[in-house]
Amino acid sequence: MIKITVDMDKCQHYGQCVFEAPEVFQLNADDKLEYKAEAPDEMLADLEAAADVCPMQAIFLSKE
Amino acid sequence: MVDAPLLIVGASMAGLRTAEGARRAGYAGPITFLGAEAHAPYNRPPLSKELLQTEGQGHADVAFPIRSALEEGVEWVLGRAATALDIERRVVVDETGQEHPYRALVIATGLRPKPLPIETHGLGGIHVLRTLDDAVALRAALRPGANVVILGSGFVGCEIAATAAKNGAHVSVVSQSRVPLQRALGAQLGGELRRRHEEHGVRFFCGESLFGLVGDPDVERVILTSGVMLECDVLVVAIGSDPNTEWLQGSGLDVSDGVLVDAGLRAIGVDGTVHPEIVAVGDVARYANPLFDDVPRRVEHWNLPTETGKRAGAILAAHLAGQDCAPLVADGWAPLPSFWSDQYDAHVLAFGMTYLADRSELVAGSLDDECVLEYYRGDELVGVCGIGMRSVVQSYRTRFAAAARA
Repeated sequence: MIKITVDMDKCQHYGQCVFEAPEVFQLNADDKLEYKAEAPDEMLADLEAAADVCPMQAIFLSKE
Repeated sequence: MVDAPLLIVGASMAGLRTAEGARRAGYAGPITFLGAEAHAPYNRPPLSKELLQTEGQGHADVAFPIRSALEEGVEWVLGRAATALDIERRVVVDETGQEHPYRALVIATGLRPKPLPIETHGLGGIHVLRTLDDAVALRAALRPGANVVILGSGFVGCEIAATAAKNGAHVSVVSQSRVPLQRALGAQLGGELRRRHEEHGVRFFCGESLFGLVGDPDVERVILTSGVMLECDVLVVAIGSDPNTEWLQGSGLDVSDGVLVDAGLRAIGVDGTVHPEIVAVGDVARYANPLFDDVPRRVEHWNLPTETGKRAGAILAAHLAGQDCAPLVADGWAPLPSFWSDQYDAHVLAFGMTYLADRSELVAGSLDDECVLEYYRGDELVGVCGIGMRSVVQSYRTRFAAAARA
């Protein structure tokens, strides 16, 4: 599994990650980011893409 | 020269994403980064915001993580600028005279700030902001109570103005345009952002330029073209950037304004030849985007180094594996530029090429609060920009994606 951490002090809810990995990242009704803390290894490319496009570079990935 | 590396000139975000893209597409050979800065790749946007206002922040706070794919087989040659390219011999020469042979070359040398257009006579207190070292030097100068004059009212100038004002500096912005961010966001939104800056005490001198500098050994006052004189302890020059292509002069590549590339980011020679083993990525590359038209442009938006790097890496890997790159190059690639800016509590997010527009239209919210504006070139929607209202702005991504497929 891949562990996903978002630094919520940095996150400005720009939501760019949502387009790269919608299975993991979503903006809720208040336009605030919600995300799953874990995802299967097959999603690595999408998760890296999501981390890449984050304007605040607030998304961190690690292998479990 | 089978063992020569994939050589990436410019240890930048674009260079890093290209290396990752090549690895992802199966390139397992050696990679060398040759970088003019002393630092491994880092993220530049915080340099005008968090890092500029937070004492003690440095490279560790902005560095990109190096992923496992790049932990092996990668050499970093940092603090050395490239000075020449010999395409026939496939070598890049650096400032020490050392030659770096390559099997494939990535040009990711980015931009540098335009210098002050008037003679500075070696005065101190004059800053630009592009690199981490620039930001650390500027941060030390932005003391509370300092008189800060910013020349230029683009994103960099406006973000420095906001950061300096929040830090308690006395900030003046001098700009040739009528309102800040006029070229990027138009008069309507630019005027509103000016109002917000003024609420925080920033003074604007629009339609103005610098006439002269006074001081010794550091700048003490600046004189504007209208004759106005401003106290000035810190002068920040933020009037745009030039591509770092001097090292490519005489190489045979078309570097008339950045490095001209085809739809596969492959460098094009002055004679029109495409060089399949050379790509250019990020701010230094000039390419057409079919989402808008067929005019090759350099576009300085933050998401494009990643978009161009990933693509160029994949295409280079295919080329190095002896595959036919034609289908990859002709896949209709049309990246949607996106950019954002934080100034005070205004979080600006935009998609598209707003500065191609001849008019903007307020379509949601109100200017003095949260709002969304559409940008049109004639009848064609070329961009959207919002302050807040994130989900409305986001919905345009789908619209642009549909336009790209059409």
